[in-house]
Amino acid sequence: MKIAVCVSHVPDTAAKINIASDGKSIDQNGVTYVVNPYDEIAIEEALKTKEAFEGETVAISVGPESNKDSIKKALAMGIDSGVLLKHEGFIDSLGVARALADEIKTLDAKLVFFGKQSVDYDNSIVGQLTSELIGYNCVSVVVDFKLDGEKIICEREIEGGREIVETTLPAVITAQKGLNEPRYASLKGIMAAKKKTIEEKDAAAGENVVEVIKMKKPPVKQPGRILGEDATVVPELVKLLKEEAKVI
Amino acid sequence: MKFSEDQKMLRRTVKEFTDSEIRPLAKKIDEDEEIPKELIKKLGEMGILGTYFPEKYGGGGFGEVGYCIAQEEVTRACGSTAALIGAHQSIGANAIYLGGSEELKMKYLPALTTGEKIAAFALTEASAGSDSFNIKTEAAFDGTNWIMNGEKLWITNGAIADVFSVFARTEKGITGFVVEKDFPGVSIGPNEKKIGIRGSSTTAVYFENVPIPPENMIGVEGRGFLIAMKSLDAGRLGIGACCLGAAKEMLELSVEFANQRKQFNQSISKFQAIQFMISDMASQIYAMESMLYRAAEKYDDGGDITTDAAIVKLYCSEAVSEVADKALQLHGGMGFSREIPIERFYRDARILRIFEGTSEIQKLIISRKTIKNNGKWKV
Ligand SMILES: Cc1cc2nc3c(=O)[nH]c(=O)nc-3n(C[C@H](O)[C@H](O)[C@H](O)COP(=O)(O)OP(=O)(O)OC[C@H]3O[C@@H](n4cnc5c(N)ncnc54)[C@H](O)[C@@H]3O)c2cc1C
Repeated sequence: MKIAVCVSHVPDTAAKINIASDGKSIDQNGVTYVVNPYDEIAIEEALKTKEAFEGETVAISVGPESNKDSIKKALAMGIDSGVLLKHEGFIDSLGVARALADEIKTLDAKLVFFGKQSVDYDNSIVGQLTSELIGYNCVSVVVDFKLDGEKIICEREIEGGREIVETTLPAVITAQKGLNEPRYASLKGIMAAKKKTIEEKDAAAGENVVEVIKMKKPPVKQPGRILGEDATVVPELVKLLKEEAKVI
Repeated sequence: MKFSEDQKMLRRTVKEFTDSEIRPLAKKIDEDEEIPKELIKKLGEMGILGTYFPEKYGGGGFGEVGYCIAQEEVTRACGSTAALIGAHQSIGANAIYLGGSEELKMKYLPALTTGEKIAAFALTEASAGSDSFNIKTEAAFDGTNWIMNGEKLWITNGAIADVFSVFARTEKGITGFVVEKDFPGVSIGPNEKKIGIRGSSTTAVYFENVPIPPENMIGVEGRGFLIAMKSLDAGRLGIGACCLGAAKEMLELSVEFANQRKQFNQSISKFQAIQFMISDMASQIYAMESMLYRAAEKYDDGGDITTDAAIVKLYCSEAVSEVADKALQLHGGMGFSREIPIERFYRDARILRIFEGTSEIQKLIISRKTIKNNGKWKV
């Protein structure tokens, strides 16, 4: 069975983000990119599935040449091969999903792992859109995954609890924290990755349906204030929470 | 020097591992004077105990440049762990790699590169420190085995090593042997109490009528001293990498502190005295990084680096001591406190000027070659 894992290449969560001069993209200066953390969980699940049932794993990424770094990381973790669907400039979630759907069909991958969201735009939608475009079953925000022949049993996180869902292949699974503990790329893995291939083709993304008009920074957080250390300051605290912070 | 994609990935990978697996333990490793077994196991699984060696022997195949990159990143968090890796890989296992027959390499290296077994390098004795040629440990052939008697001192990884590369006097000179911890007659002394790299085990090792099978001789009889010196050449580059990693970490901590600490109504980074400390640290790091990778690349290209390695070891270990002193001064009272890592880096840096040849011995090596060349610049 072919198992695909879709990886996005996102700014390091520790990076300080500034808005570029065009007002609608981020300033690339000094920003380092990493594999989307949720996608690392997806990679781990793809590897575990392969180790348990055999099969072939492929990592797919949509974006510019630099996305290859994230594909290489996936290869160093143990994924067998990579595909870069090349695209420059802004691409919306539907565009990414179209490009991925097209490639998943070509590869005939029956099981596809995503992270539950990318930590750059946080739309939490590409996995679901992709499944819809190719007519696969989809389970999102998965914290436990079991495959038994064609049958899949997942636990997914819902408000205040967990839901157990059963479905069948072909399927798209989006990974949530807790599903597994992603392995490190080992030094041997880095060397082994040198011998693996990354195929490059143009992304069949189509037209964007979403346009970014403007980016704004969140309001600057005010520094914290300590009112005192004992119960006498509680009335003052309540007053400030009501009038200043307006949270109660 | 321009690093390749693989080398950059190696750095990122080791950094990621270090940040989540070593850094959180570094303070405890120093205080408990012990590196947890679990961490050593993880280092092995990651491949960090075999970075240098060819894949054929189970290593990472990253050569000296790669080994230095990894040592730099590990030392950014923990000098003790770096010392363990250095003694194991760069001198302990390396003596077998550089001097041993193919059979000997196949017998020991695969288990060493993966961390299944830990190595140590045993040259120093009571009468043979800087004067390492003056060793008294002896081995004599009894018709079946070599029988070893003697005492080694200051052996890094002494308490945890499974395999020792030991140098002893034989009829034809100094000869290297691989001695296993479990050979009869091997015993290990208690851990030394040290000022720095306290998590790294340093012990005496005793040999009392230890039988060593002939196939465990490293190379040929009488060539041991050369093998020991060649191993130390590589080891010294690794020490340069430790110096560089520690210095980079201290610079980062220092600038962060200088920006945030306010006195006289301004960040102390606004004072020229502080700025100049930072300039000195940055310039020394630049010099260290430049010379280290120049020499490491030359080594990977097959060049003779005896002088280069002595220069790297001398300069980098002296420089990191100065960086540590400035970093501590810049932090004021906080620098002296055990609450933040500066004091640990300060203590850990001190050994770098002593082991694998003191600074004075590096100067002997450098001047000997330079005078022999009539001062003509040749490296
Ligand atoms: C923590 C630690 C770990 C170690 N690990 C190992 C190990 O794994 N394996 C191993 O074999 N050894 C190891 N050593 C030993 C180490 O290499 C020696 O301590 C070092 O080479 C110095 O030898 P010494 O201590 O006998 O000092 P000495 O040689 O007695 O030197 C004392 C002083 O005299 C100076 N001096 C000596 N000779 C000269 C000269 N000709 N000209 C000018 N100055 C000179 C020295 O520079 C030094 O300042 C370790 C030591 C320590 C402290």
